[in-house]
Amino acid sequence: MSYKFDFAFMAERWPDFVAGAWLTVQLTVLAIALGFALGTLCALARVYGGPVLRRLVGAYVEAIRNTPLLIQIFIVYFGLSSLGLKLSADVSAVIALTVNMGAYSTEIMRAGIQSVQRTQLEAADCLGLTRLQTILHVVLLPAMERVYPALSSQFVLLMLASSITSQISVEELTATASLVQSDTYRSFEVYLVVAVVYLALSALYRFAFWLIGLGLFERKRRLGTPL
Amino acid sequence: MNQLSANHLLYLLIAAEWTVVLSLIAFAGGSVLGLAIALMRVSKLGVLRGIASGYIQLIQGTPLLILLFLSYFGLGIIGLKLVPLVAAGISLTLYAGAFLGEIWRGCIEAVPKTQWEASDCLGLNRVQQYAYVILPQATRIAIPPTVGFMVQIVKNTSLASVIGFVELARAGQIVNNSTFEPFAIFSCVAAIYFALCYPLSVASRYLERKAHAGR
Amino acid sequence: MPAGEAAVVRVRDVIKEFGPLRVLDGVGFDVARGQTVAIVGRSGSGKSTLLRCIAGLETVQGGSIEVCGHAVGRPGSAARAQLRRDVGMVFQSYNLFPHLNVERNITLALTLVKKEPKAAARQKAAEVLRLVGLTDKLLAYPEQLSGGQQQRVAIARSLALSPQVMLFDEVTSALDPELTAEVLAVMEDLARRGMTMITVTHEMGFARRVAGLLVFMHQGKVWEIGPTAELFASPKTAEFRQFVGSEL
Repeated sequence: MSYKFDFAFMAERWPDFVAGAWLTVQLTVLAIALGFALGTLCALARVYGGPVLRRLVGAYVEAIRNTPLLIQIFIVYFGLSSLGLKLSADVSAVIALTVNMGAYSTEIMRAGIQSVQRTQLEAADCLGLTRLQTILHVVLLPAMERVYPALSSQFVLLMLASSITSQISVEELTATASLVQSDTYRSFEVYLVVAVVYLALSALYRFAFWLIGLGLFERKRRLGTPL
Repeated sequence: MNQLSANHLLYLLIAAEWTVVLSLIAFAGGSVLGLAIALMRVSKLGVLRGIASGYIQLIQGTPLLILLFLSYFGLGIIGLKLVPLVAAGISLTLYAGAFLGEIWRGCIEAVPKTQWEASDCLGLNRVQQYAYVILPQATRIAIPPTVGFMVQIVKNTSLASVIGFVELARAGQIVNNSTFEPFAIFSCVAAIYFALCYPLSVASRYLERKAHAGR
Repeated sequence: MPAGEAAVVRVRDVIKEFGPLRVLDGVGFDVARGQTVAIVGRSGSGKSTLLRCIAGLETVQGGSIEVCGHAVGRPGSAARAQLRRDVGMVFQSYNLFPHLNVERNITLALTLVKKEPKAAARQKAAEVLRLVGLTDKLLAYPEQLSGGQQQRVAIARSLALSPQVMLFDEVTSALDPELTAEVLAVMEDLARRGMTMITVTHEMGFARRVAGLLVFMHQGKVWEIGPTAELFASPKTAEFRQFVGSEL
């Protein structure tokens, strides 16, 4: 067998890949931010909320974590529109990715929040901090610091999983690839290129989260020790 | 346009068998590869450690969907045209191997250093140390996270639908194409996935708790 | 207590139950301004629970607790907010916030609760750190400090809020003897400056030296109460005599 690799299409089509990658970044940064916020609220509800709220959040987390993202995306995009809620592919993608991210963030942040001892809450109470102030200044930051490695891995996984949104014709990186390969018939090469772009994005995201971690966790930056 | 019927549900359930088959293939293949990767990661040889960690970085930094396309079209290049099950099996194996390798490395490293020292003092060679002392203990630690990862495998087999392999997700699309009731159909599909995955999740948590209580 | 002077802390018939277990069974006593009270007793006698009730960390099932003329109140109430202004609490496990440096541990409540400007809060932090002898640790993190230093920072953190009453819950129990001494020295200094203090303690030497009033708790009750010197000189009950004997 003799196969000749041919990447000539790149000369003409590279702007498509850049555009696709850019949409991937936009979608996933939005979904990560929204999903993390959702997950943090749910984790707080899971730890400090009443029994009904705890159950509801638990059901949400289990429902999402035990079904494929592909099907979640289909339900949001095809399912909701058949029920009369017409959403664009991009909006559907952000919603599905956010809801998915939210469930995983809930589980991770829950572990972090539970690691903050009750005595810390008592100390904050005795200093006169309100419940909200306590959560913001005493609970969330240490909680996040303790689970930050797991969080940032999950963020990267979400970025990679966003490739699935190509299946509802969101024109992100993977969809761009299938477009270009259908024009050029250089399928293997096209997906190799895209794999490399995803690898680069993974590295970029990891680096970005490392930087954000440095900014957020001053103690860690100064001492380097785990909390 | 057809009404959604019991036949459709039956069709979905039959397709779900392929989801299970594909999951088992991926788990079996991933286990063999994963064990090799894990052992390479804790090897004394820097080269092996480097290869294994490079492999993990590569797979964990690429979407499974892209791996799937690469397997599919890569197989085409070497002449094996359009065999979705093989392509899906290969890519899921590559994927599961990387993640299981990383999980199991952690489990091997979780066995206390003193176990190595003790078995060394008894005169066991490295292979014997692994076979009789380290791996049996690592296996116990590994069971809960491994069962947990099986959930990921089952869910990710849904991506095989993209290259035309008719498993549960693809079957859902096919039914939807004739009935146009996507909400109901994909909810059913989700429910079947849930029925496959949730017991694994519960088992993983239960085993985890039991392991912690035992310590 | 001298007649006519209002008590700063007034505890009356307090009952506290954990499920079927009655931990405090009709406890009452008064604390005058500037007085140092030592609450002693065996573990399980209810002394820490009593202190936590005064701090509003536990809700009582009966009786009343007033601090500076205000009831302890429910969480979120105006009375509770007042209690937080009046009372400082120091814990056995220090409970410094591990992610914040010493200065921020102290200024957190000043800026969030008292709404003081950052500069004023910083100045206050420096002041209270001088009181506990840790001026040089301003920018250190809790994990960089010894247990004794952490506890002194915790005391400083409470002091910064200028409370009327300070509560100390076995603050030296987690410390080695030499570190215990440095914390007790800070507390003695506070007592000399006229701070009203209630301390649950195992340090009988400290109680003798510093406490004006001694409360001996037994089986959830105030078993004996009186001026420390008198109580030690002539214990009225066998239980207290036995307790003192075992602690020496």
